[in-house]
Order: sequence, then structure tokens, then C-alpha cells
Amino acid sequence: MRRQIEGSRAVAETVALCRPEVVCAYPISPQTHIIEALGALVKSGQLSPCEFINVESEFAAMSVSIGASATGARTYTATASQGLLFMIEAVYNAAGLGLPIVMTLANRAIGAPINIWNDHSDAMAARDAGWIQLFAETNQEAADLHIQAFRLAEDLSLPVMVCMDGFILTHAVESVDLPEQMDVDAFLPPYEPRQLLDPNDPVSIGAMVGPEAFEEVRYLSYLRQLDALERIPVLAAEFAASFGRVSGGLLHCYRTEDAETIVVALGSVLGTIKDAADALRATGQRVGVIGITSFRPFPHDAVRDALSGARRVVVVEKAFSVGFGGVLSTDVAMATHDADLSIRTVIAGLGGRAITQRSIEGMLAEAMHGRLESLTFLDLDRGIIERERARMAGTKRSGPTAENVLRDLGTVASRIG
Amino acid sequence: MAAFAEGRHAQAFPSFGSERMGAPVVSFCRIDDRPIRTREPVMVPDALIIQDVTLIHQVDLFAGLLKDGYVLVNASQHFDELQFGDFFDDFHRNRLLTCPATGIALTQLGRPLPNAAMLGAFAALTGEITLDAIDAAIRQRFSGTAGKQNVAAARAAFRFVTLEEKGLTSASAD
Repeated sequence: MRRQIEGSRAVAETVALCRPEVVCAYPISPQTHIIEALGALVKSGQLSPCEFINVESEFAAMSVSIGASATGARTYTATASQGLLFMIEAVYNAAGLGLPIVMTLANRAIGAPINIWNDHSDAMAARDAGWIQLFAETNQEAADLHIQAFRLAEDLSLPVMVCMDGFILTHAVESVDLPEQMDVDAFLPPYEPRQLLDPNDPVSIGAMVGPEAFEEVRYLSYLRQLDALERIPVLAAEFAASFGRVSGGLLHCYRTEDAETIVVALGSVLGTIKDAADALRATGQRVGVIGITSFRPFPHDAVRDALSGARRVVVVEKAFSVGFGGVLSTDVAMATHDADLSIRTVIAGLGGRAITQRSIEGMLAEAMHGRLESLTFLDLDRGIIERERARMAGTKRSGPTAENVLRDLGTVASRIG
Repeated sequence: MAAFAEGRHAQAFPSFGSERMGAPVVSFCRIDDRPIRTREPVMVPDALIIQDVTLIHQVDLFAGLLKDGYVLVNASQHFDELQFGDFFDDFHRNRLLTCPATGIALTQLGRPLPNAAMLGAFAALTGEITLDAIDAAIRQRFSGTAGKQNVAAARAAFRFVTLEEKGLTSASAD
């Protein structure tokens, strides 16, 4: 049923429709509303049978999820930012053990400086952990991706992370078509574990593997990620047939057919970018947009095909590798290394900085005139940077940067936009 | 939710701040006849609802507001008694209004929670949503007594603004 609903609530209700048997999570903004709602659904008996396990930390949340999943329970958790970092050892273990845990990541920046707002630094920090990472563009897609995520995870015996932009999606109230229980049941059969801890049929899970086979075990993980590349579009097509809408898949193309310039991005910023593309199209500029849904595994072939007609690509990223540059851009460059294509990286929206249509349009105009630098920071306030650089050059003991910058700005409350 | 109930597209999202009681907070809402894709904050509002009149001199509240915009302030004084100087001289006077929403809330809810009253006042001031849709949205969000009381607050504020617009400024906020 179509409802006007908060993103977190829509995800919680959808996860409940997937009949998880164990939900174990530790609260952290902006993920909290999701697990609060799930906790209430378990307590009220609407989600049953399901055990909601309170733990003392994110490390415990993922560790309990690993244990629960290994005993054959469909298992869900959610986190964000520092919470993901705190559980990261167990995050790698979940993937290495091949346990089909589904986790929502309510994307948030990573400190220091501490910042609760949205960017993709957390997802990028777990990029190489071996999880499938799917990015939602809207709350509808965030909800739908969870249904596909459980199916994908259990088909392949791999954990899946559904990434949705913190606050921008988790706290936005918008229209979401929530599916019916019988339709979800038809799409998502009961969990049949590939491996199971059972006292009546004891096995061990988590053996030490030395140099004799570690590389082979890792290569098998790589093959399973390649299997996921095949499986994700199949599941998205099956989902579309069952639920009547397109959600998920490897990537979404928007007005790319004849596009000279294509913007590539992840997550909710795609909406604003599409509006910018439409505005530029109206002035005769051939602009298209590609949203990468499956960031891990990265769909090299699909990206190369989708970009085959373009002359230039602008990758808009809400994260960057300090000391290097773009993360997603590197993947796009790898996928298109044999194409005659100019690739520009635009870092935007860090720590919740608003990404406006106006800034995107201005930046794309620069790109189309060949004036965009290979690495650009959108809406960067050069004055702040020059003044702090001057302070640092002026005296050795210039003090902490974050505090200096805030004092310089005279900021008393955080502003967005 | 009220706009959605009337078959329109709507998007609402907060901007979180320092997560302490009393900190200035901002929330945005878009209502459109077409699907809403953008995720940028509302920077050029058609209407501005100010829930706490003491914010006026602390935060740059009116950035981006155009001369034909609506301004609704939660205050017991008349709009002209608020110390705006000549800032609003070029605005449409009939789009600028105060509503004693906290007073209405204290009467109807017994608590200083002006939100529902401000929604009712907004509906009366702009005609963008109907009072019935607001009623339905409040009842969907709050069950039982809280729902009834908030609906009463929204209705009282709606009535206050309607009377105010008729020039019956002496009408009391029941």
C-alpha cells in the first residue's frame, strides 16, 4: 500500500515483512529510527517469531549477528559511521564466513571532526570487506532493496549491505509503496542455510586457513561476487515482475542514449542530478546520468557499456580517499580504461554539505567547456582554507584545525545549505 | 501527509543540529503536483513557518524568502508589533501573519507544543492544504487523546487565522 512515511519506518516495516528471526543492533544516528521501529514491531508481536537482542556495542551487534546467522536464523542489523568502524573486524568475518546477514548502513560521515550528517565515507571504509554493497536512490528503492538483499544474500551465502543516505533518506517523509506480506513471501522463500551450527549434527565454522589455501578461499569469495553480478539483474527483473516497479539492478541509466556528458553517482543525490540534467537538456546540452546501485560487486561491463557513447564522465562522490582522490572515479576509470573518455572527479556533500541543483549545473557547465579540473571540490570555501593555511604557516602552535575554522566562521549552530 | 492524502506529492525532511533541547532546528517540506526528485534543502521558500519568535534575531531566518512569500510566526503579538523594521515593506501584507499557537496549544493540549496549531494556521493562510486533510494526518500520526487535542489545536488556529483575515482581530483564540 502506498503511504506517506518516514524512510526509516518504511525500511523497518519492509524488513519485518522479510521475516527476520533475529534482529540485533546498537543505536547510532541516523540509523536509530530503523531499529527502534523494528524493536517496537517485535515487542508488539507484529514481527513474530523474532528475537530482538540488545547488545552493548556495534562490535557485539555484528558478532551476535554472525552467531545467529550461523545457527540458521535469518538475521538483520543496521548501523552507521563510527558504528560500522567499531564492528569492522566482525564485518570482515561475516563476509569471510559467507553468512547471509543483511545490514542497513544509514550513510554518515566519519570523524574526526565528529559529524553526524550524511556522506559515503562509512560505506567506502567497508568497501573491501567482501560484502555486497547496494545503494538506494529513494526510500522506495531502499525498502525494495532489502527484500532483494535477503534473497540475494541467501542465494549466494554472502552478506549484503543496503546503503541509504543518512537523514536525507532515513529521516525524509515521502511516498513509499509498501508491499504485501504474501507478495514478499512469494519472492523470498524461508532461509535454507548453506552451512549450519547444529548440536545434533556438529560442524565447525571458522577454521584457520594458512598459506596453503588462503588465496584460494579469497578467490572463491571473488567468484561469488562475480556470481552476484549475474544474480543481481535477474533478481531485479523478477522483483519488477512481482511488484510492478523497477528497483535495484546493477545500475540505472537516465537519458544516457545520446548523452555526450554523463554524470555517475551513488545514492540519493541522483534525484538532484537528474533535475540538473533535465534543466541542461532543456538548453540543448546532451547530459545523462548513471546511478550505480551495485557498488560491490562493481559492474565493470555494464558501466563500460553505459558510457560507451559518451565523451566525458563526471563522477560525483560523497567520499574521497585523502591523499589520492575519488574512490568511485577509480572504479569508473578501471571499467573504461580502453575508452577515449575524459573522467572528472567531483567531491561533494561531505559531512552533510547540501548539494544543490544550481551547483551541479554550474559545475557541469564548466565540465562541458573543458574547464573542470580532474579533481574538484564542489562549493569549497577557499577563504576558510587560506586563512587556516596562513595560521599554520604563521606559527607552529596554531592549534586544532576544526576549532580554528569554527572560530573563524563564528559558527554557533550547524547549518545545512 | 496531509498533502499526500489530497493526492499530491510531498517530501518532508528535517535538518538535524546539535541534538540538544532548545537548539535551533529547521525542517523542510515540498508539496508539488509532480513527483519530487531533488534532495537539496529548500533555499527559496514560498512559505516560512517560524515556531519560536525568539529565533528572529538569532538566525538568518529570511534568507531566500521572496517578496511574494508567506510568513507565519508563532507569537501572541500582532505581526506589525514584531520588530522587523522596514524589512517586510515590499511584501504582500496579507501573507504575513502571527498566530498565538503556543497559547492555543496550552489551551487545547495543556502543553506548549505549537506544531499542530501552526499547521492549521498555515492551511488557513495559504489554502495549500485543507483542514480536513490536516485532521486526517494528525489522527494518523497521533492516536487517542493526543490526536483529538492536536486536531482541536489545528482547528482553533485555522479559525483564528480565518477570523484574523476577516479583520476581526479582536477574536480570541479559543
